[in-house]
Amino acid sequence: MSRFLAQTIGLLFWSAAAVWASEPKGSFPDGTNIFAPASTPAKSIFGLSLFVLAVTGAIFLVVFALLLYCVVKFRKRKNDDGREPPQVYGSNQVELAWTVIPVLIVVALFMATARVIADVQKAARPDNAIEVIAIGHQFWWEYRYPAFGVVTANELHVPVSDAHHPTPTFMKLLSADTDHSFWIPRLAGKTDLIPNHPNSMWIDPHETGIYLGQCAQYCGTQHAKMLLRVYVQSQDEFARWIQEQRQQATVGNAVSQGQRIFETTACINCHTVAGTVANGRFGPDLTHLMSRDTIAAGAAKNTPENLRQWILNPAAIKPGSLMPAMQLSDPELDALTTYLETLR
Amino acid sequence: MSTESIAWPTTTAASPSFVDHLHKWVTTVDHKRLGILYIVYALIFLVIGGVEATVMRIQLIRPHNNFVSPQVFNRMFTMHGTTMIFFVAMPILFGFANYLIPLMIGARDMAFPRLNAFGFWMTAFGGLLLYFSLIGANGLYGAGNAPDVGWFAYAPLTSQTFSVGHSTDFWTLALLVSGFGSISTAVNIVATVLCMRCPGMTLAKMPLFAWLNLVMAGLVILAVSPLTAAQIMLLLDRYLGAHFFDTQAGGSAVIWMHFFWIFGHPEVYVLVLPAFAFASEIIPVFSRKAIFGYPVMVGATVAIGFISMSVWAHHMFTVGMGANANTFFVLSTMAIAVPTGIKIFNWLATMWGGKIEFKTPMLFCIAFLFQFLIAGLTGVMMSAAPFDWQLGNSYFVVAHFHYVIVGGILFTLFAAFYYWFPKMSGKMYSEILGKLHFWLFLIGFHLTFDFMHVPGLLGMPRRIYTYEPGRGWDSWNLIVTIGVFFQAAGILVFLGNLLWSYYRGKDAGSDPWDAWTLEWSTNSPPPAYNFASIPVIKSRRPLWDLKHPDDPDWKYE
Repeated sequence: MSRFLAQTIGLLFWSAAAVWASEPKGSFPDGTNIFAPASTPAKSIFGLSLFVLAVTGAIFLVVFALLLYCVVKFRKRKNDDGREPPQVYGSNQVELAWTVIPVLIVVALFMATARVIADVQKAARPDNAIEVIAIGHQFWWEYRYPAFGVVTANELHVPVSDAHHPTPTFMKLLSADTDHSFWIPRLAGKTDLIPNHPNSMWIDPHETGIYLGQCAQYCGTQHAKMLLRVYVQSQDEFARWIQEQRQQATVGNAVSQGQRIFETTACINCHTVAGTVANGRFGPDLTHLMSRDTIAAGAAKNTPENLRQWILNPAAIKPGSLMPAMQLSDPELDALTTYLETLR
Repeated sequence: MSTESIAWPTTTAASPSFVDHLHKWVTTVDHKRLGILYIVYALIFLVIGGVEATVMRIQLIRPHNNFVSPQVFNRMFTMHGTTMIFFVAMPILFGFANYLIPLMIGARDMAFPRLNAFGFWMTAFGGLLLYFSLIGANGLYGAGNAPDVGWFAYAPLTSQTFSVGHSTDFWTLALLVSGFGSISTAVNIVATVLCMRCPGMTLAKMPLFAWLNLVMAGLVILAVSPLTAAQIMLLLDRYLGAHFFDTQAGGSAVIWMHFFWIFGHPEVYVLVLPAFAFASEIIPVFSRKAIFGYPVMVGATVAIGFISMSVWAHHMFTVGMGANANTFFVLSTMAIAVPTGIKIFNWLATMWGGKIEFKTPMLFCIAFLFQFLIAGLTGVMMSAAPFDWQLGNSYFVVAHFHYVIVGGILFTLFAAFYYWFPKMSGKMYSEILGKLHFWLFLIGFHLTFDFMHVPGLLGMPRRIYTYEPGRGWDSWNLIVTIGVFFQAAGILVFLGNLLWSYYRGKDAGSDPWDAWTLEWSTNSPPPAYNFASIPVIKSRRPLWDLKHPDDPDWKYE
C-alpha cells in the first residue's frame, strides 16, 4: 500500500517535471512567474510567500501523516471480532493543545504579514521618483508622465533602479470606465484601477528588460486581451525615449492623402496625434505609434499588415474591442496605413 | 369474516395518475418531499452548471482557441458561478437540512411547513428566471443574452452604461427572488431547531448536524439580507436614477464590493458548515466511535459563525483599502483557521482508535479531509495580504475555492447522498458503482484542480477567454481540461447509480449502517408523520443507548 503510494507520488512528480520542461517558453523565460521577482515589492512578497509556504507545508505534512496513519492503522481488519471499539468522548488536554498551537502559528504568520504590508504600502516616496498616471480603459492602458508631458499607451517605459541610482516609479492608478487591475507579476502584486477611487503603487525594477502582465480584474468583453508590457531601460535609454516622445508628430507631403483621411473621418474623435487637429482621448494616443512594438493592447505585433487589418476589421484581432471597423476602401486603407507608419 | 368477498367499486385509486402525483408534489408541505424537491432541482442545475464549466474548459484547452466567442465565454462563467452557488449548492444543502433536521431531532415536520414550501418555490422560480434570460433578454445572440457581468457583478459593469439590455436585470431579480426563499428557509431552520426538539433533547444533546445547520441558517439571515439590499440598490440605480454605484455621478464601486462580500464570505461558511455537518455524522458511524470533543466542535462552529462575519474584505486586498484595513482583515482571516483546524483534528481523533469501514460515504469523507486540509492551507496563504496581491484573481484562487467547494463541499455531499440514500428511498445503492464514482471523480478532481494552481503561480488571471502562448500556461491548461472529462464520467456514474438503485436496489431496512441518530429509528422511507410516537432521548446517540443498554452514552456525557 505505502509502496504503491510512493510510486504514484513519484510518477506524478516526474510527469509534472516533464510537463514543465516541455513547455514552450517563448522569448520571456521567466514570463509572468510570481516566483521570479525583479523589483522590491515583488521581492518582499516573495520572501513572505516562502515563509508562508514553509509553515503551511509543515502543517500539511503533519496532518496528512496523521490522516494516513489513521486510515491505515485503524482500518477494520478481516479478522474483526465484531465488537465496537472503546468509545472516547474527548480530552480537554489534547483539545487545548490543538487550539493553542494553531493560535501561536497564526500569531507568527500575522506578524510577518503585517510587516510586509507596511513595507510595501507605507514606503516613502523619494524626490527623484518617476511619476506615472496609469488610466485603465476598456480594453487598453493609457500612461501619462506629467513631469515630462509625455502620453503613451499599453507599453510602459520606466528607468532601471539600481543600488547606486535608486529611481523607483510611483504610479497613480485611475480608471476611465470599469474596474481593471494592474499586474506585472515579476515587478509587484496587483492593484486595482477603480473609477472614482484613485489608487497608487510603486515599482523599482532592478534589471533592464521587458516585463509582461495583463489586466487582472474582469472589465468586460475583451478583458483577456488587455495585455501589459513594461520596458525597463537604462537611465540613458529612458532619457532618450522621453526626449523622442516629447516631439510632435512630423508630417511629410508624401503622406498627405492618408493624413487627410485620418483627419476627416471618425479617427480624430478618439485618437490624438500631437501637433494636428486630432485630439480625441477615448482611444490610445497615436503621436508616436511606430515607437511601440504592439498594437491593440498587445493583441498583435505592430506590423503594417496588422495595422491595416486592425483598421479594416478590429474584431478579427480583438472581438468586442471598442475600435469600430472604419469601412474604408482599399486605396484609402493603404494611404491611412502609410500615414500611420510615419508617426514615429 | 372473509374479506375476499368484498368488491371495491373502483381500483383506480390504487395507481394514481401522473397528474395526481404531480399535484401531490407541487402542493406538498411535507419537509421530506420538499427536501427531495430541493435536491432533485439542484441536481438538474448541477448538470447545467457542469456543462457550462466544460464549455469553458474546452475553450481554454489551448491558447488562442476559438471554440466560443468572448461574449459566450463571459456568459458561461457568469452563469456557472451564479448557478453553482445559488441554484446548486444552497438548494441541495437546504434540501438535506429540510429532510434530515426534523428526523434527527425527533419532530414531525419543520416549524413552518407552508413557509417551507414558499421558500422552495421562490428558489425554484429564481433559477428559472435566471435561465429565462437566455430567451427573454435581448433576443438570441450566442448563448442567448445571459448575464455577462461575472458572479460578483462588480459595479460599474452592471450600470446601464456598460450593461445595456436586460441581462443584468435577470441576474439581479433571480438573486432577489431566490434570496427571499433562502431567508425564509433559514428562518424556518432556526425555528425548527430551537423549538421542535423531542423531549430530552437539550441543545447540548442535539446531533452536530442540527447545530451546524442552526449556525448556517443564522449566517444565511445575516448574509443574504445585505445581498438582497444591494440588489434593490442596483435596480434603483438602473431604473430610478439612484447613484449608489454610479461612479460617473459620484457613486462608489467599492461600496458594491463591500455589500457583495459581506454576503459572499459568510456564504462560503453557509455552504461549508453543512458539509461539516455531513462529515460530523458520517465519520463517527464508519469509525464506530462517538464524535470526539462534541462541546469543542459546537464551540468551534459558533466561533466560525462569528468570525466569518468579519473577514469579507480579504476579497478586496487589491482594491486599495490602505495598510491598516488590510492588516485587520489579515488577522481576522487567519483567526478563522483556528476553529477550522480544531474541527479537522477532532475528526481525525474520532477516527483514531476506531474500526474504519471503507464504504463509499466514508471514502468521500476521507477524501474530503485530505482536500479540505489543502484548501484550508491555500486559504491561509492568501490570507497573507501581500501574497494575495500576487495570487488574488489568478487561477490560483480559482483552484483554491474549487478545492473548498468541490473538494470539500461536493465530496461530503456525495458522502451524504450515499449515506442517506437508503433512508430516503428505502433502497440500497450499488457499492460497486459508488466506488467507481468515487475513484473517477477523485482522479478527475485532482487532475483538474491540483494542476490549476500552477498557471495561477505563473501569472494567469481568471476570467480570460483566451491566453497568449509562450507563458508556460499551455500544458497545465490541457491537463486541467482532461480532468473535467473524468469528473463528468464520475457524475454520470453517480446519477446512474441513483436511478438504478431507486428502481432495482435491494431493500435497505430502517438502519443499514447500524447508526445512532434518530432518523435511523423510523422506517425507510419514513412515513409522512416520521415517528409513530415522539421519541424521548437521554443522550446524543439515542440508538447507541438502545443497542447497548449495558453501556449507554448518558452515563458519560
